[in-house]
Amino acid sequence: MADPMKIRASVVGDSTEVKVLMNHEMETGQRKDAQGAVIPAWFIQSVTVTYGGKTVLAAQWGPAVAKNPFLSFKFKGGAKGEKVTITWVDNRGDKRTDEATIA
Amino acid sequence: MNRKRRTLLKTGSGVTLLSLVGGAGLLVPHAAQAQAWNKAAFDTHSLAETMKALGGGEPAQSKDIVFFQTPDIAENGAVVPVGITSNIPKTESIAILIEKNPNLLAASFDIPAGTDPTISTRVKMGQSSNIVALVKADGKYYVAAKEVKVTLGGCGG
Repeated sequence: MADPMKIRASVVGDSTEVKVLMNHEMETGQRKDAQGAVIPAWFIQSVTVTYGGKTVLAAQWGPAVAKNPFLSFKFKGGAKGEKVTITWVDNRGDKRTDEATIA
Repeated sequence: MNRKRRTLLKTGSGVTLLSLVGGAGLLVPHAAQAQAWNKAAFDTHSLAETMKALGGGEPAQSKDIVFFQTPDIAENGAVVPVGITSNIPKTESIAILIEKNPNLLAASFDIPAGTDPTISTRVKMGQSSNIVALVKADGKYYVAAKEVKVTLGGCGG
């Protein structure tokens, strides 16, 4: 299991701003190790953010997203004390879900 | 040493691995939860190919797509901040493409109604290149590009 995400969700005006830092190698499949063997690609393929049972952002990523990916966006609504849930799935089928309380 | 052969081997093996993972059915259980990963779109090498894989026509240039937090010169290609705002009404999705990366498409974000058409993330760039923001709004595609110079590449090799 991968390390937890760092999520910060806060109310800004009438929107909620979500900032996420995920822990992932995001290996491109282009690099080689010291022996010259290609390091296989290993990266997050999809990210889903939900609030109140509704998807507020869905993303598909390729290996060109930087290591330990950062993502920030805003959605309308969202109340203090409510929870935002974020799930990612990588190309090995590994996944992780974390949630954060809106502040 | 034949250089072309090396590159061919490099790209070739990456593709085989991906298809192996997909073929083994490892990705199948997740397809139900999230939209299936659009392998065809992530495997393209030119804007025209990407558009074809996404099922769109020729995108129109737009001045309503704004880059923010995106540097003119990135010191480290492994971590290049990119922020994109679309001021086009009914924006459905925003994609980030990097023209000179081995595969063009870096990330694609679906923006449901109620979510601001603004996203900010970090990408890898192999070399200095145009970053292209591809926005789908009301069924049509729009593009805007920004050149970013990279002093140190981030795609290994």
